[in-house]
Amino acid sequence: MAVIAEPVAAQVKRSSLWRRAFESRNFLGAMFMVPAIAILILFLAYPLALGFWLGMTDTKIGGVGRFIGFQNFVSLSKDSVFWLSVFNTIFYTVFASIVKFAIGLYLALLLNERLPFKSMMRAIVLLPFVVPTVLSAIAFWWIYDSQFSIISWVLIKAGLLNHYIDFLGDPWNARWSVVLANIWRGVPFVAITLLAGLQTISPSLYEAANLDGATNMQRFRHITLPMLSPIIAVVMTFSVLMTFTDFQLIYTITRGGPINATHLMATLSFQRAITGGNLGEGAAISNAMIPFLVAAILLSFFGLQRSRWQQGGRD
Amino acid sequence: MSDFDRRSVLKAGLGGAALLAGPGIVPVRAAEWTNTPEPNASIRVLRWKQFIQAEFDKFAEQTKKFSEKTGVKVKLEAESWEDIRPKAAVAANVGAGPDLIIGTLDDPHKFPEKLIDVTDVAQYLGAQYGGWYPVAEKYGKKGNGWIAIPQGATGGCLNYRISHVKAAGFEQFPKDTDGFLKLCQALKKNNTPAGFALGHATGDANGWCQWALWAFGGKVVNEKNEVVLDSPETIAALEYVKQLYATFIPGVLSWNDSNNNKAFLNGELSLTLNGISIWTVGKNSPDPKQQEIAKDMDHAPMPIGPVGKPTEQQNILVYYGYKHSKYPKAVKEYIKFMMDKENYDAWEVASNGYVSPPLPAYNDNPVWTSDPKITPYRDCLKRCLDNGYAGDLGYASAAVMGDFVVVDMFAEAASGSATPQEAAKRAAERAKRYYQV
Repeated sequence: MAVIAEPVAAQVKRSSLWRRAFESRNFLGAMFMVPAIAILILFLAYPLALGFWLGMTDTKIGGVGRFIGFQNFVSLSKDSVFWLSVFNTIFYTVFASIVKFAIGLYLALLLNERLPFKSMMRAIVLLPFVVPTVLSAIAFWWIYDSQFSIISWVLIKAGLLNHYIDFLGDPWNARWSVVLANIWRGVPFVAITLLAGLQTISPSLYEAANLDGATNMQRFRHITLPMLSPIIAVVMTFSVLMTFTDFQLIYTITRGGPINATHLMATLSFQRAITGGNLGEGAAISNAMIPFLVAAILLSFFGLQRSRWQQGGRD
Repeated sequence: MSDFDRRSVLKAGLGGAALLAGPGIVPVRAAEWTNTPEPNASIRVLRWKQFIQAEFDKFAEQTKKFSEKTGVKVKLEAESWEDIRPKAAVAANVGAGPDLIIGTLDDPHKFPEKLIDVTDVAQYLGAQYGGWYPVAEKYGKKGNGWIAIPQGATGGCLNYRISHVKAAGFEQFPKDTDGFLKLCQALKKNNTPAGFALGHATGDANGWCQWALWAFGGKVVNEKNEVVLDSPETIAALEYVKQLYATFIPGVLSWNDSNNNKAFLNGELSLTLNGISIWTVGKNSPDPKQQEIAKDMDHAPMPIGPVGKPTEQQNILVYYGYKHSKYPKAVKEYIKFMMDKENYDAWEVASNGYVSPPLPAYNDNPVWTSDPKITPYRDCLKRCLDNGYAGDLGYASAAVMGDFVVVDMFAEAASGSATPQEAAKRAAERAKRYYQV
């Protein structure tokens, strides 16, 4: 009997422990957090940590690398193609983001007005975002083709040109061409998100401003823009992040050419890691993007933390 | 010429076997093949996406025949060359994915330890059919063993418009680099220009840029794998290409592998480097204009430069099976079946000579002489050097090509964004970063 009594007592003790644990708000809270934490670790933290680690190794495709510290970064610091890709990435991000914001804000303001066929127009604005990136990239590749470009064809037929424009064969033409493709692709995201923000602004504010005799510009400057600031911060952070890390558009349209004039850090990273087989260096290039991305996030984060800014005030 | 070459190939490829057989004492006997696929085997094969539909259809038909004969189930998939490379790399890295890949160039040399040893397949095929081309052997072998079986090369030859070349004053297509330059200049003068891809085009741009480099005696590395790219020979090649570039159709700096096909079939291009696909597509096109272009087309090998020997770079296709496969014997059986002469010949006929064979014995396929326009593609592997020349194939050679070091060098010098001296120096620095590891 004594042999049986002991496990029973232990079982009772264990079940009461479990019962008490599940009655505890702290324990239950922690338990509910476990799946989220597991997902974060598995799919976000681990790949990031692995990327950091690979960047510190000389890992080749299919091989096991050795830890080499910052050697990849030292090597990259002397690599003219890497620095060109840094320049290209910053150029691409700055110009594309500014124009996307300007056009996106304009479209959002327009779509917020009482317009005929407003729903249909909103759907049309979203179209570029709906088309898969690779398909739109292929379309742009054709639009920019050195022999078959529709733009060149139209200009020649209109008598405005006598030769096809070398959109992708000239370094600066190619840079501007891919920026334009990115703008077309990214405008809907900015426009629709800002439109959502505009619709949260209370109409009573505008009515009050109207009663005070405010002009359109004054209403925009003193009501719309301040009230939209938090949304603008979030939208522009995402826009900058997505532009900075763009890969598909560039890879499909130019593969980084001509003469690496459109290589972004993301495409160069892929080329070195996968096509070239140097996973370590490819990871190092990806890691070199992180300071830029963190700076963009921090700018938005601290901006959002400021209560005055959040409420539309000035710093 | 053909007999002599076959004998020399036999010497190079089967020297050891001949020695073992005893010179003139024991005749070399037909090779034996004793492999038996695993019971209930099932393999996944990933191959390059077809440019000629009939080629793929025949390949799929033969795959089906293989399954019926051996009971091995085969799942056949196709991707473009560019997409196979990352997939092959990922499969090697994670140890999962296709059992067998038919990819390009020296990819298997980037992860040789992940691959099935196919020495027995290579030795069987080599012994059965009289030896491999030396360049095919270099792509297949790592040390003393074979890690890949060359399937052939999507041969690259000069595609030209017969009437335009004649109008430029050339009855015969020039065989040397001087004549070639004069032809391009005359074509430009007649407003029927040449055009060669100078963008990041893996097949076409690498193909002709490596040819130009080697034709003038330049090379990325010497036999000891030391980078010797910044040399007077390279400068000479760059100066030459700068003159050639001046004769090209505008836009070649942005061209990928498909641009020249489109421009040629649209009648805007008179001369380019390509596989046989432009002619095949034109010939079979319902468009009368394209049919006319195909009739007016012919093909020629790349001209010979001051080094005095052919220096082509060809897009070699290679079979490589992964050790992570549960059915390595089935993988080897499949390669052997598809490479057996009977099957290979039938597939070659369907492809209209799209793949230049890696075994000289396969040159007797009637497809090569069925139309004289196809014949120049037959000997692509005889004329070509490997992309690691003059050093070894491996991570560094693949990386230099994958990073477009040579193409960028020619593009910089040709477009004037750098002097030939600056371009050579910069390219040498880039190459050193790969070869110093």
